[in-house]
Amino acid sequence: MGARVRRLVSTVVFLGVVAAAGGWFLTKPEPWPAAHWDNLGEPDLANGEQMFWAGGCTSCHAAPKSEDAAKLVLSGGLPLKSPFGTFHVPNISPDETAGIGSWTLADFGNAMTRGVGKDGEHLYPSFPYGSYARMSPKDINDLWGFLETLPKSANVAPPHDLPFPFNIRLSLGGWKLLFFTDKSRVTVDTTDPKLARGQYLVEGPGHCGECHTPRNALGGFESAQWLAGAPNPEGEGRIPNITPGSKSIGSWSEGDIASYLETGFTPEFDSVGGSMVEVQRNMAKLSASDREAIAAYLKAVPAVE
Amino acid sequence: MKLKTILTALVIAGCGVSAVIAADDPVKVREGLMKQIGGSMGAIAGIAKGEKPYDAEVLKTALTTISTNIKAFPDQFPAGSDANSEASPKIWENMDDFKAHAAKLGTDADTLLAQLPADQAAVGAAAGMLGKDCGACHELYRVKK
Repeated sequence: MGARVRRLVSTVVFLGVVAAAGGWFLTKPEPWPAAHWDNLGEPDLANGEQMFWAGGCTSCHAAPKSEDAAKLVLSGGLPLKSPFGTFHVPNISPDETAGIGSWTLADFGNAMTRGVGKDGEHLYPSFPYGSYARMSPKDINDLWGFLETLPKSANVAPPHDLPFPFNIRLSLGGWKLLFFTDKSRVTVDTTDPKLARGQYLVEGPGHCGECHTPRNALGGFESAQWLAGAPNPEGEGRIPNITPGSKSIGSWSEGDIASYLETGFTPEFDSVGGSMVEVQRNMAKLSASDREAIAAYLKAVPAVE
Repeated sequence: MKLKTILTALVIAGCGVSAVIAADDPVKVREGLMKQIGGSMGAIAGIAKGEKPYDAEVLKTALTTISTNIKAFPDQFPAGSDANSEASPKIWENMDDFKAHAAKLGTDADTLLAQLPADQAAVGAAAGMLGKDCGACHELYRVKK
């Protein structure tokens, strides 16, 4: 009798250890092998700046309400409210202690494309690495080079304010297992270089889907609803549907979309509003051909009513 | 003759009634004011983009409409008029700031009226300046539903 119980207990313990090890293996942070970031050469700072505006880094990482030159000081501090708690955006200026000045290209690249921090920890997907994962090593290298040219800030951002269990970073491994992917969100004709570029910009650095696509209860995208609009994560109102099936912009031409991203005016000369104001200011700094590529992609994604 | 008088009376009365309805609904009034501002921005942007020839009269009319309408605009937000509209509740929480945003557009339009942009390039700069005012206020105080 005693022996049977002991055997049962040890079996249960053994299975528990196997499950935990398996769980750890499946959900552990996975940076790229070091060679992924080798031989990228001197960064192209002009392209790095374009990636900076495409990625909208400044919209969250600059101090709230910054204008002009202050937009380039990535001191952090903006609180991001979410159903999972409040995230405080970190300082990513080149300051060695308060910012990320002591990071290497690999540290930065793994944060951007694998959601893994400098100490090998999982990052919260409030930082949209689920989109940035699609960025090429070259663009990451160029962006890193550009960020290193920006002013330092000694501001220390407060830590995230999250209730249990969301304050346990290990649980993010499970989230990644379920939802993290660097594959295309939808299929478009990528033999057309314009569409391929548009897909790269929208699904990658532009991270448009982070607000424009609805999420399930665990914070993963409803993949059949790509860009079909969602409740505003910041509270009031809705983020609009921007597929060709949209009631608001479905009737817009490619030119209308590109012009809106450039000037902030709709075809009826209503103006951009809400959190899209920041985004549009960033999009205005892209090349005309990149804005046209974004517009072409938005006309090519599946229409959702 | 009598019929004509009655009809005329009815038409006048009808106009009066519809005017009263419009005046009673601040949401309709402010949406109408904004729509005209949008139309005026369209006229200015048409010249800025070179789709329409430079025309000082068109500019003057558009800027005057913007100036007049935006000055009347903040008075159309009585307490409790946020239903069925894109107006953010923040307007009533920060009424002074909301009014300051409206005043900024009014001042910018008046400045341009005092010294009318003289060519297509200047109209482009003006459109950019006014557009920034539109976005600055809509960023904070308009909610798409």
